[in-house]
Amino acid sequence: MSDMNNLIKELEEKAHDMRKKIITSCYYAGSGHPGSSLSTCEILSVLYHHVLNIDPKNPSDPDRDRFVLSKGHAAPALYSVLAQKGYFDEEELLTLRKTSSRLQGHPVMNKLPGIEITSGSLGMGISFGVGTILAARLQNKNYRTYVLTGDGELDEGQNWEGMLAAVKFKVDKMTVIVDYNKLQLDGRSDDILPIGNLGDKFRAFDFNVIQCDGHDILALIEAIEQAKQYKDNPSVIIADTIKGKGVSFMENRVEWHGKTINDEDFERAMAELNGGLN
Amino acid sequence: MNNKPLREVFGESLAELGTVNPKIVVLDADLSSATRSILFGNKFPKRFFNMGITEANMVSTAVGLSTCGLIPYVCTFSFLLTLRATDQIRSQISYPANNVKLIGTNGGLSGFGDGATHQSIMDLAILRAMPNFTILVPSDASSMRWAVQEVADIMGPTFIRVPRVSAPDIHQPGTKFEIGKGLVLKKGKDVTIVAIGMMVSYALDAVKELAKEGIDAEVVEIHTIKPIDKNLLIKSASKTGAVITVEEHNRYGGLFSAVLEALALECPVPADWVAIDDHFGGSGQYDELLEVCGLTVNNIVKKAKRVIKIKEKAGYEQSV
Ligand SMILES: Cc1ncc(C[n+]2csc(CCOP(=O)(O)OP(=O)(O)O)c2C)c(N)n1
Ligand SMILES: [Mg+2]
Repeated sequence: MSDMNNLIKELEEKAHDMRKKIITSCYYAGSGHPGSSLSTCEILSVLYHHVLNIDPKNPSDPDRDRFVLSKGHAAPALYSVLAQKGYFDEEELLTLRKTSSRLQGHPVMNKLPGIEITSGSLGMGISFGVGTILAARLQNKNYRTYVLTGDGELDEGQNWEGMLAAVKFKVDKMTVIVDYNKLQLDGRSDDILPIGNLGDKFRAFDFNVIQCDGHDILALIEAIEQAKQYKDNPSVIIADTIKGKGVSFMENRVEWHGKTINDEDFERAMAELNGGLN
Repeated sequence: MNNKPLREVFGESLAELGTVNPKIVVLDADLSSATRSILFGNKFPKRFFNMGITEANMVSTAVGLSTCGLIPYVCTFSFLLTLRATDQIRSQISYPANNVKLIGTNGGLSGFGDGATHQSIMDLAILRAMPNFTILVPSDASSMRWAVQEVADIMGPTFIRVPRVSAPDIHQPGTKFEIGKGLVLKKGKDVTIVAIGMMVSYALDAVKELAKEGIDAEVVEIHTIKPIDKNLLIKSASKTGAVITVEEHNRYGGLFSAVLEALALECPVPADWVAIDDHFGGSGQYDELLEVCGLTVNNIVKKAKRVIKIKEKAGYEQSV
């Protein structure tokens, strides 16, 4: 049990450190999506520092697990966790969105190691994930694929096509994780395009549905383990999250979806984060 | 004409390729009996994925297969591929240069009876604007067989336009096709007729008509519209001093555009087009539709003679 406590503590610290990196890189970039990135930190921490079978020294290992950032605008979060893993130097985070940087505004494959697919235009990740598992099956490989989508992103029809395909082909080695922060770009997801009972919708598509607190490391670890055990159909983890999580004045504020962090915001945010984990 | 429909040639070639290359996988969107990808599906059911009527999903799934080491051929009507899945093609295939083989059937007007909703007259314009693509438009059975095999060996995004109908045999057995290299099917000195796909045989017929009037036309087949054979086009146009393009596509963004782009700086000779004049097709027999759209031997002859006149008026001097 104390091993587990240590693990949880370590993953929490990684998530916390990720938040500093997100705020700093978006501040230096003068743009980016801080709110959307902050809501993913625990999810990415658990995946990259505990779950994924990946080797930063061998990023194109055919047997690696795949992580697909379907909500590509959370690139600052992905870049931060990749830097933590040692895919590239942490200093490079300060080149985010700069001309010729490998850290483009949205992730670009073949430019930066560790990026499985170019994203940014929303709604394509689930279908892509299905393809990766079909390929695993044909090549007798055992890797798993994790696809992270936003909740607003699920407005796009292609997701639902992808879900049908995922169930038809029984890609149980794919797990979809929904960053369910209930906000999208223009406002509350319930106002923009009400999605109703998300769990029921996935269930109606024959997904194995798991719901958990997306900022609770232990809950995420257990949810992913449960998804791994489930056979036959794909799983979805609906992770309840808070957009802007970890920076008080950004939490649940839709404007922080993609607002520029000015000098004052930066100092306030970093002062809070440097105050440490509460 | 007893030749097999080119879609049938496509399906057979794909099934043959499946035998020699275990990495080939095929996706279709509930049109496999029309695209003839079903010939592969029947032979290799494990490597065939019918995705249902989900073109965007089909393309993204294919991308997933390709980044994990397989070679997906993605088959549906060309208009569905290029219009329903345009962003998927742009973001996930063109931009990262992923190794996906797009197959657009019902090319041009060849979805004839179904009407304009089922015809593909802007597909080449859309894909030509996408970086990293190699775009092939075969004109007969031998070039179709070559194209289907050849794209498997190209690492990167490719597209093949497949007509629903049959075409006369154009190429001698043993003809060497090469990506990006046009073919001079007939040498001539008075005018260059650049043709693509189903229109190549029409261009060759027009040459016979022109010969009766003492006009010696050159025919260049462009089977790779991207990358286009700029050198060959410049060589031919600088010899003849006049160009006509012939294509089963809207006049904007297809072969005429591509040829002018190639010639504009280094060899800007008078040029004219035989293409669809910026309108939609419709239902009818294939031949009738081509007629309605001005894609006829007569029209090629007429426009060739006119462009020669314009060249002569301008006093263009032959460099060869
Ligand atoms: C296809 C597409 N349409 C629109 C956009 C613009 N856009 C970027 S993020 C976003 C909102 C996404 O909301 P959600 O999926 O809930 O992500 P969150 O930022 O809340 O995590 C929109 C509309 C886009 N990137 N792609
Ligand atoms: Mg959201």
